[in-house]
Amino acid sequence: MSQGEEQSNEAWIELSAIVGPEHLRPARPEDAVDAVQPAGVIAPGTAQEVAQVLRYCASAGVSIIPRGGGTQLGLGNRPRKADFVLSLERLNRVIEHAWGDMTVTVEAGCTIDKLQSVVREHGQRLGADPMQPERATVGGVLATAESGTLRIRYGAIRDLVLGVEMALADGSVIKAGGKVVKNVAGYDLTKLAIGSLGTLGVITRAVFRLHPIPVAPATFAAMLPTAAEAEKLLLAILDSHLVYTGLQMRARHEDQIFIYIRFEGIPESLEDQYVKLGRIAGAHQFVDCAGDVWMERQKLFVNAGSSVICKCSVLPSQIGSLCDAIFQHTRKDGVVVTLVAQGTGLAEMRLDAADLHLLTNVLHALRGEVERLAGTVTVAQCPVTMKSELEVWGTIRDALPLMQRIKQKFDPGQVLNPGRFVGGI
Amino acid sequence: MNARLVSEFRSIVGDVGLVSGPEQLRTYECDGLTLFRVVPDLVLLPASAEEMQAVVKLCYRENIPMVARGSGTGLSGGALPVKGGVVISVTRMNRILEVDLPNARVVVEPGVTNSAITAAVSPRGYFYAPDPSSQVVCTVAGNVAENSGGAHCFKYGVTTTYILGLDVVLSDGTLLHLGGTTMDQPGYDLVGAFVGSEGTFGIITRITLRIIKKPETTQVLMAAFDSSSEAGAAVSNIIACGMFPAAMEIMDRLALEAAEAAVHANYPDCQALLLVELDGSAREVELLMEKVGPICKECGAWEIRLAKSEAERMAVWKGRKAAFAAVGRISPNYLVQDGVIPRTALPRVLGEIDRLSADAGLRVANVFHAGDGNLHPLVLYDRRIAGEEERAMTLAEDILRLCVEAGGSITGEHGIGEEKKMFMPVMFSPADLDAMQRLRSAFDPYDLCNPSKMFPGTDAKLQTPVAYEPHPIELAGLAQRY
Repeated sequence: MSQGEEQSNEAWIELSAIVGPEHLRPARPEDAVDAVQPAGVIAPGTAQEVAQVLRYCASAGVSIIPRGGGTQLGLGNRPRKADFVLSLERLNRVIEHAWGDMTVTVEAGCTIDKLQSVVREHGQRLGADPMQPERATVGGVLATAESGTLRIRYGAIRDLVLGVEMALADGSVIKAGGKVVKNVAGYDLTKLAIGSLGTLGVITRAVFRLHPIPVAPATFAAMLPTAAEAEKLLLAILDSHLVYTGLQMRARHEDQIFIYIRFEGIPESLEDQYVKLGRIAGAHQFVDCAGDVWMERQKLFVNAGSSVICKCSVLPSQIGSLCDAIFQHTRKDGVVVTLVAQGTGLAEMRLDAADLHLLTNVLHALRGEVERLAGTVTVAQCPVTMKSELEVWGTIRDALPLMQRIKQKFDPGQVLNPGRFVGGI
Repeated sequence: MNARLVSEFRSIVGDVGLVSGPEQLRTYECDGLTLFRVVPDLVLLPASAEEMQAVVKLCYRENIPMVARGSGTGLSGGALPVKGGVVISVTRMNRILEVDLPNARVVVEPGVTNSAITAAVSPRGYFYAPDPSSQVVCTVAGNVAENSGGAHCFKYGVTTTYILGLDVVLSDGTLLHLGGTTMDQPGYDLVGAFVGSEGTFGIITRITLRIIKKPETTQVLMAAFDSSSEAGAAVSNIIACGMFPAAMEIMDRLALEAAEAAVHANYPDCQALLLVELDGSAREVELLMEKVGPICKECGAWEIRLAKSEAERMAVWKGRKAAFAAVGRISPNYLVQDGVIPRTALPRVLGEIDRLSADAGLRVANVFHAGDGNLHPLVLYDRRIAGEEERAMTLAEDILRLCVEAGGSITGEHGIGEEKKMFMPVMFSPADLDAMQRLRSAFDPYDLCNPSKMFPGTDAKLQTPVAYEPHPIELAGLAQRY
């Protein structure tokens, strides 16, 4: 028996004792992360059990891949090791919807859809629309800092979280923040946890602030002749008094550029907003359109096994330049590109081509231009073979050593998602 | 501090950037929390990031604790000097470096005041949303350190929502660029971690922040009630109707008297005044405001006034923002508290505060951000009366415990600083506090940045609290602490 198998056997017995044998199963091929095959999938039932699992794994050097709905497993570098997947599937309860306070406390494995359906009973919603809400979990959305098209109105997911409970590698369960909408007691460990890709601890519970569900949603679309015109219109809308909850651009080819805007006020003000929108848009005609255009981000991920999907972040005034750079680098090589950009300057981009080497080169060139604009390009998903040829997170500036020190303080044994985060954290 | 070291500091910042005279140093002995005071060894006012870095490196070399300071308006003693340490003021670094309106971003040096940002962008219809009451004088770096809020954060959020990038100098003099100008920089959210760290992680030299478009219309309604509980019920009902006001504030009788005396805001003469501010599109605000009045009346409001013009609106807010300082007109001394409770607990907690106030035989004026449950009870006392100051402190502490028991927090926007560090264990477990310490030690392994603040039991010898004595220029009426 090899050393690895011995370790795995011992780990199996120890982990099984923590969660019960029925909650530890052998991993299947679909549990692999970037083709790194784990031995098992463990599903603790409480935060304390999560912490015990982590403590054992840290002491024994067993690596852990925390997983919610598994919708964003393509994010990050290929893990250095992936001994066990830690599934949050059993921590799936909505603990308390304090509707009078407009807050909700949920366990990390609760899906976004389930959360939304509970708070909807009192006319409220979480002001975020992450992708694949029927599968995506609260913990996964927080770990990856995914928010969606509502962000332009309600802020990022970090702005909607009031507190988290987190299990750490030393076996402790900590809480950060609280249940009230304003709270500056102690360091904001919540912010540190959000977007840390499970490399500092495993989020087991979160408290969100909620917003009222608007009564009259309406979406309008306009087609624009060029990326420059589209950018101009976006900037004019951003500079206006319009009150919108979504502002998105979608570009598939140079001649297929659309801008979508969503209003969600009261019915009486909708007409007024539409008239004002018309004045801003000038010659560009906005027409009523179906609300499913707000799923365009998610649609990029459909049948994307051999595609490259990137998250870009630029200034709103650079969206036109971003489009032009993309078109310029993909035009001659027959790469099919779709870009879905939000008014915040955040965008998702999908690139398809038969030749992966070509895609890698295109991506390098594009990233070079975007980083010169002070923007970022990170790879959200790509074929595993490409991951060895590109830095999926892009260039990290001078704060990397500090990030590594933080990782060292929270997970000195590097058992949590080893290698997947920036700089190989 | 020995003369050789002083001259070394002087060679970095020049005469104008160094304060060493005993009387001048006393200006820095406390911040807005005047209960504690410590005279620093030296005050340094660097004029650039390079000077800042050089000053910090020298402190690091000599193992001198550093306390960063903005305008000193903080209310929790965050800028209280530590014994044997220096104060590093950012007030000379006060330039607005860049205004990028198309992208709604502004880059500033740390000592720019909160109001200066809005002043710079308001001609073009923008504003900087966090609005602490001290906004005319407080610095943005201080706001970042404390994660400051204000009256309008119910809708617009607190400082952390608006900060995109920070240049910071760590305790060993390393200059780091955290975040950036675009959103969602890859890596840990170090900007999010830094905001609210109360000067314990490092010193800020540059801030990139977001501004937002001023709404088309803003209206504020005043409703007069016979009790704060009734006003609190109106707040809940307004929210239950699906409205999302920009601000909802309640002031009780004592606070109103004080504000009226100070700025003549012409408030109705009542037991509790509720301010409801709606903003957004003109049509929507008009329509929704028509609903707010009746909701207030149902809850017992007997007078409703709507401030429609900008001038009327500013007068209403001026009174509210002056309330803390104004309490000085009705009481020789007072303690400002800053607790948070879930909004639905408001009537019960207010009742309890009344009871505690009666038991202690001390008056409590209440000013609060009702929308987000952030209470600012002001405990009034006279320190010339033996034992009153101690009773006032005990009462303030009891109010905080009450907030935590109700599921809330010991501070909503003023911070922990020196004042509340002993209360951290009331809210956080040893494991929670340990996790915070790990983060602190990653930023400042040498424990040189604002040491002994925020956490209990951290080296008490660095501070010797002494009851506040006014500075001679205060006694002369030449200056006032905010």
